[in-house]
Amino acid sequence: MREEARQTALRGTAAESGLLAVTLGLRLLGFGPVLILALLIVAASVGVPNFLKPINLGNILAQTAVIAIVAMGQQMVILTRGIDLSVGSNLALATVVGGLVYQAGGGGLAVIFAMLAAGMAVGAINGLVYVYGRLPHPFIITLAMLSICRGLALELAPGHTTMRGMPEAVKFLGGQTTLGVPNAFFVVVVVALLILMLTYAMVWGRWTYAVGGDPVAAREMGIPVRGVLISTYVFSGLCAGIGAVVLSGRTGASSPIYGNLLELDTIAAVIIGGASFLGGRGHLGHALIGAVMIGVIRNALNLLNVDIYFQMIAIGGVIVLAVEADVLRNRLEARARVLQAAKT
Amino acid sequence: MSVPALSVRNAEKRFGAIHALRDVSMDAWRGEVTALLGDNGAGKSTLVKCISGVHRLDEGEILLDGRPAHLNSPAAARGAGIETVYQDLALFDNLTPAQNFYCGREIGFPAWLPRPLRFLDKRAMNREAAAVIDRLQVRLPKFDAPVAMMSGGQRQAIAVARATVFARNVVMLDEPTAALGLRESRKVLDLIVKLKAEGNAVILITHNMEHVVELADRAVVLRQGTKVGELKPSAQNRQDLVAMIVGAEA
Repeated sequence: MREEARQTALRGTAAESGLLAVTLGLRLLGFGPVLILALLIVAASVGVPNFLKPINLGNILAQTAVIAIVAMGQQMVILTRGIDLSVGSNLALATVVGGLVYQAGGGGLAVIFAMLAAGMAVGAINGLVYVYGRLPHPFIITLAMLSICRGLALELAPGHTTMRGMPEAVKFLGGQTTLGVPNAFFVVVVVALLILMLTYAMVWGRWTYAVGGDPVAAREMGIPVRGVLISTYVFSGLCAGIGAVVLSGRTGASSPIYGNLLELDTIAAVIIGGASFLGGRGHLGHALIGAVMIGVIRNALNLLNVDIYFQMIAIGGVIVLAVEADVLRNRLEARARVLQAAKT
Repeated sequence: MSVPALSVRNAEKRFGAIHALRDVSMDAWRGEVTALLGDNGAGKSTLVKCISGVHRLDEGEILLDGRPAHLNSPAAARGAGIETVYQDLALFDNLTPAQNFYCGREIGFPAWLPRPLRFLDKRAMNREAAAVIDRLQVRLPKFDAPVAMMSGGQRQAIAVARATVFARNVVMLDEPTAALGLRESRKVLDLIVKLKAEGNAVILITHNMEHVVELADRAVVLRQGTKVGELKPSAQNRQDLVAMIVGAEA
């Protein structure tokens, strides 16, 4: 009898130390992306000439802004186990719509409003068709919209090509600086604060996490799952529209070929940043870290004159690593559950 | 106590060619545990899901305190004071116990905003959740960590505790001890006794006859979608119950 008690106690301590190790491992995985980003920045500062020059850092911020904004919308969709492949084409279409409004004599506000509305309309179609068309996965409708929006943007653009000219307000937001900091950076901050409020302080955000964590349970708990899903695609569309404003402002133009492969960049940013593809795990910090990581990798390789094709290979490799880290994290959590049961 | 908290009258439910419930009627009373028994596919889970608003009855009606209730969504059932602990628990791994408690029913303000746009009153929800966990003497490793890393028994306890927060009429538990070891099962059974003592009508689905004899005031037996009997379980008629469930003539 005493021997048995001793055995139980022993097993308890073993479980306790095992649990500690697993928890430590999970912590490390959580900090992984931040550590890697820090290492990247240190390596680039040391190894890449001109990397730390203020003008280059400003460039990184300006170039990263569009990816960051659209990635934050993508993050909300991925949080609900979805994906939005249409964001790049959506952004192009939004710039073209904005350009047409400008050519028709629209002012700054009208152009901005048109871009945001176009983005949200595309997002609404994504969400409505996904939910009410009873599609098995949003992959299909957003892939279709990727094609439709690009085609529509090319059809709508006069001469199927770039239109010069943007109102001052748009140029101010996307192309100018305040106290040496690109205004696009402040747009990123505003979008981030908005998402922060929605996800941490408001009921809607809690519901997106619940739907992502377990859609069946969410329905059983009385959450309007369909409405939540549709709203995340509208939100992603809105972010594409904001991205359109920033990109048009930076280039002073609108173009049906903007945003090519932006869907891949934004999905990569979210995953590299450490969010989970399995739903319910992730926050805007992941999208932002991932976007900056991609920006830094691109910028450093550019300064080193590494050709663009190698950049694509490098970013692809990082994505595979990030997804493996996600898988490892889930296995560690399962292990923690077992140890927790053994301990008590 | 003259009117049952919940009555199901002449319930019919079909899924295509499958006749899942045929003319099933049953009552559940406050302060009692009603065991819902039957073999796999007997219709127990279907009946529970009809009461909890996940499925809709094709025919028949559900009365709460003698009045007809329209439970056409899970939200409506929860609003009517019916709580369900599903077999899969319906817990959100990525949320903390308190967040799980209030999921879908968050305390938010201001009231004039549409629900999704209200601000979460996290302090109130944490306080209430902590109070319930304390009252039911559920022991958790960490109160503010996601439930992903908690053991099967702890998760079951959270799901049961969540049901107690809002239950005003009926608590249904679908095989709450199926996945648990001996010690953890014991804790959940203790919780069920507390639910009953707090005046809820408890409906318990289980395959464990010892639990039925120990806890249940009445047992309703389903077989192939039909109610085949109802009796007060005791150590003496345990064999009769089993015979009813499997359909062997005694």
